[in-house]
Amino acid sequence: MQSANNNEKLVFDVPEVMADRPTHYCPGCHHGVAHRLVAEVLTEMGLVQDTLCIGSIGCSVFIYNYLDVDAVEAPHGRAPAVATGAKRARKDKFVFTYQGDGDLASIGLAEIVHAANRGERISVVFVNNTVYGMTGGQMAPTTLVGQKTTTCPGGRCAEHEGLPIKMTEIIAGLGGTAYAARVSLDSVKHIREAKRALRKAFEMQTNNIGFGFVEMLSACPTNWHMDAVSANRRIAEEMIPYFPLGVYKDVTAEADGKE
Amino acid sequence: MSAKPSRIFIKGNEAIARGALAAGCTCYFGYPITPQNDIPEFMSTAIIEAGGEFVQAESEVAAANMLLGAAAAGHRALTTSSSPGVSLMQEAISYMAGSELPGVIVNMNRGGPGLGDIGSSQGDYFQSTRGGGHGDYRTLVLAPGTCQEGYDMMIEAFDLSFKYRNPVLMLGDAIVGQMKEPVTPWSPEKIENYGAADWCLSGAAGRGPRLLKSLFLDDGALAGQNRHLQQKYEAMKVEARAEVYECDDAELVVVAYGSIGRIVKSSVRRLRAEGRKVGLVRPLTLYPFPDAPLRALAEKGKRFLTIEQNCGQMVEDVRLSVRGLADSDFHGHMPGNLPGSDDFVEAIVARLGR
Repeated sequence: MQSANNNEKLVFDVPEVMADRPTHYCPGCHHGVAHRLVAEVLTEMGLVQDTLCIGSIGCSVFIYNYLDVDAVEAPHGRAPAVATGAKRARKDKFVFTYQGDGDLASIGLAEIVHAANRGERISVVFVNNTVYGMTGGQMAPTTLVGQKTTTCPGGRCAEHEGLPIKMTEIIAGLGGTAYAARVSLDSVKHIREAKRALRKAFEMQTNNIGFGFVEMLSACPTNWHMDAVSANRRIAEEMIPYFPLGVYKDVTAEADGKE
Repeated sequence: MSAKPSRIFIKGNEAIARGALAAGCTCYFGYPITPQNDIPEFMSTAIIEAGGEFVQAESEVAAANMLLGAAAAGHRALTTSSSPGVSLMQEAISYMAGSELPGVIVNMNRGGPGLGDIGSSQGDYFQSTRGGGHGDYRTLVLAPGTCQEGYDMMIEAFDLSFKYRNPVLMLGDAIVGQMKEPVTPWSPEKIENYGAADWCLSGAAGRGPRLLKSLFLDDGALAGQNRHLQQKYEAMKVEARAEVYECDDAELVVVAYGSIGRIVKSSVRRLRAEGRKVGLVRPLTLYPFPDAPLRALAEKGKRFLTIEQNCGQMVEDVRLSVRGLADSDFHGHMPGNLPGSDDFVEAIVARLGR
């Protein structure tokens, strides 16, 4: 990474926990960015060697190929239940799930809501790109009204399919949730904010406070039929207005009298 | 075996829960369903007092996946349910089999299909012994007929589960769960986890990361995994066990398992007192199925009658066991009716008298 015969100085390197191999993700996909944020925060918090990663079903099932941490594959939507079992067995370990919007907000809705409500000491990384990616671009519970997918080719219709589910708002309303935030990966500024939120969510577990949840608005250029730049623009112009960014719950801020 | 304490008078469901604790179970996950509610109710305090974890899950789907998570962490974990709930667990059981994770699932079989009733049934034999969920896999299946067997078999279930890195089912029923009997509690001297520390997730400190999964996309990888699993299931066959009762001079061998096996034993005992030459084979493992003793009896020219509280499920395994040598008749006691020993005497005599 550092050329020997010039005056360049390495100031930004890949975290060691990231495997040295190219990802299978499409150009412009944000899973790579999200993975890297997880890797950076795990490294900075000194958690890498104590981490149990609960993978889920979707494009990100292969997260275990890119992060060198212990991992188990959960059935579709069940990662919060698997994480509950793993954490109850090993309270001394750091347990996180990494789930997409089909996995978490559709088939796994019961598991995420109850794990949060119980205040399980686990952390959840929720990547919301408004579409089922791996299966080829079908409608997700977070698909925006009017958005065309392979199973709503005319665009999602509020009358027939309902409105997109706002997960962070739901999770923030549950008693066991210590921290819930929605961030976005569409810009450098937002990515830096995302990392801060992720660290906060992880700290809710390491400090034994409660359940931590971060929703990351993310791009799926392939299934949005867009180039990467247009996909980032879509996040800013269409997703963020419907899915407002921000910290929806932080019990430590409330305790400090801050909000 | 450590020193035996005196006997206690408890329900089969409690015997199963106490057996699990004696087996070193540290995590219990469950969801209420009749007729097994005594198990989570007992566990909700007992496992906590033993320093373990209890979670009342939001569903049987979640309970079985919590089992998967605790198993991935190398712990002895248990979930219990009854038929409709066990249907919901099949997804996780398939993933556990595919990922080679140990865990014990108790099914106190009730009547079906659908909501059925809350009484005794053996209608889940196929579901238990044929895999139950998707894919080519098998689970070891133990079938207690008494409260003591419920206790003892829990200890065996956890050992088998870790020995083979495979889910183990206990198939009881409403009779075994709800009746009360004297049980002698005991504890194994040592809990053997068969090298679980070498595969379980514990954080990649001082070693490479570990991965537990059932997804095999590379060319030939899934075929290899399935071959490996089939070899394991073949190796499990040494675990087949059955009680063979009064079969030496028997003309007719009745095959029955679980609480029905026990009731049939009463019928056989009564007919023996009348001088009738009838015996009983009571499978204690339903998978692997104890085909060897049945085949040995078939070679001696015995006739067979399979009695179940269902519409004919285990009879297929009996026929497979004796194929080419003999056949088995079938008498089904319909789920929804509680059987007594009188219910089977007539059916046995009808076959004996032919």
